[in-house]
Amino acid sequence: MNASTNLVALYTVARREIVRIVRIWTQTLIPPIITMTLYFIIFGKLIGSRIGIVEGGFSYMQYIVPGLVMMSVINNSYMNISSSFYGAKFQRSVEEMLVSPMANWAILYGYVIGAVARALVVGALVLLVALFFTSLHVAHPLVALAAVTLGAVIFALAGFINAVFASKFDDIALVPTFVITPLTYLGGVFYSINMLGEPWRAISHANPILYMVNAFRYGVLGISDVSVGGAFAVMLVFIAGLTIAALQLLKRGVGLRS
Amino acid sequence: MSPEIRPTAPALVVDNLRKTYRNGVEALKGISLTVQPGDFFALLGPNGAGKSTLIGILSSLVNATDGDAQVFGVSVNNQRSEAMKLIGLVPQEINFNQFEKPFDICVNEAGFYGIPRKLAAERAEKYLKELRLWDKAFYQAREMSGGMKRRLMIARAMMNEPKLLILDEPTAGVDIEIRRSMWQFVSAINAAGTTVILTTHYLEEAESLCRNIAIIDHGTIIENTSMKRLLATLDVETFVLDVSEVPPELPRLDGIGFRRIDERTLEAEMARTQNLNALFGALTAGGITVNSMRTKTNRLEELFVRLVEQGRAPAREKTA
Repeated sequence: MNASTNLVALYTVARREIVRIVRIWTQTLIPPIITMTLYFIIFGKLIGSRIGIVEGGFSYMQYIVPGLVMMSVINNSYMNISSSFYGAKFQRSVEEMLVSPMANWAILYGYVIGAVARALVVGALVLLVALFFTSLHVAHPLVALAAVTLGAVIFALAGFINAVFASKFDDIALVPTFVITPLTYLGGVFYSINMLGEPWRAISHANPILYMVNAFRYGVLGISDVSVGGAFAVMLVFIAGLTIAALQLLKRGVGLRS
Repeated sequence: MSPEIRPTAPALVVDNLRKTYRNGVEALKGISLTVQPGDFFALLGPNGAGKSTLIGILSSLVNATDGDAQVFGVSVNNQRSEAMKLIGLVPQEINFNQFEKPFDICVNEAGFYGIPRKLAAERAEKYLKELRLWDKAFYQAREMSGGMKRRLMIARAMMNEPKLLILDEPTAGVDIEIRRSMWQFVSAINAAGTTVILTTHYLEEAESLCRNIAIIDHGTIIENTSMKRLLATLDVETFVLDVSEVPPELPRLDGIGFRRIDERTLEAEMARTQNLNALFGALTAGGITVNSMRTKTNRLEELFVRLVEQGRAPAREKTA
């Protein structure tokens, strides 16, 4: 197929994913809002009011808003693609795409667009909820949008790879439980790594989520624990590496073709 | 955009295709066959013979260990995308998202082939109506009956208007009325020029629909000929006779073997060169009144069983 027909295929996969997200909105859009509202009430309001000003003259509530938005973006992007693609494998409806002439990149990025769309909608809703608890002035809107989008793409790609290897539903829950959640909590969502002593501060730099959270925090609040340029470079490297890995898996048919 | 097909090329050429799975199972042992354009071709074989592996390779769901297949001259191995444009697949198992609506399933399928949404919607309406599914088009597919789901898979396979339609046991578990309507549809598609490859365990379907046939067993082709030629090789036919009463002593006649089934049923096995008058003559002479008569099995079924058993005989002898 040429590029234009592959674009039709890409649009079809992405549209189908977005329709699915809207169809089951009570599972895809509402739960993260409830969870994040609880974070805002407990950590931001109840505990945060006793912490006072954290960094750059921001209250603790204001400080954790970008981190919590990024956390919901990461989780929703990952969960959307891993459950949807594994579901397609489980029901064998993935065969509809595998027997078609569409290119592997159209399959991959069709799913990624769906996951990013959900992540951005959830992120926007979480940001909206945050405005009920605190006031925010977005310092660098384009940086914020770029950071949140690239973060969503990274975790969509990672979720896709997880789904390719998964042979049962438990397999798509393992990585979020044992990898993503710990990395997110230790990635500067609730604190600045400047609060940490060595060696924990240095070790934190090995956590990719730190760069996503701080790039987004810079976009929203104008402060960051890491170089923003470096954070974007790290994210782009991850996207390139994960895209190559996912396309190789599709080409070889790992977990998909006998 | 239409793929670069060779107009004079066969619809399908399978060339020394081999498949050995990771667990060591050798599903295809170097099979070759050719299907001509416009043919209605039966691919038969017992369970586990290798039919689904072959179809899997043709539809690129299974990677061949060796060999190649060409669809209208386009290699499945080397030009996968171009070859897939020519094929429509109706798989054995239901493989669509049951929470989606039939209309969306069809339109999305067309989208995967790069067909614009407007044209896809027109085709979805056309084929869902032809397969009598239009009244269910906007309900979740999981609400449909088994027969409807199978028809939906045919409608879905037609969305790219394939030149080669592969049907892998499409009528399994489908009632007779729906089965007939499905065959009317597929026959019309074939008459309009689409080449059809059918696998089925309902051999009367294959006998009445298909012009050519290949029988596969244990990963090898044990017969590949025209349906007429194959049926002509059937030299013995068995009839089941419902009679008023089976006498203690059965009639004797050269070339016809009688067997008592119960007190009102007889079986007569006779050479096809024998005429039925001889059979009835013997029955009348024996004082047997025949109330009704039917062939014991479908002719193709009889041949199929014989060929498969012949193919397995040496293996049995070896293990004996």
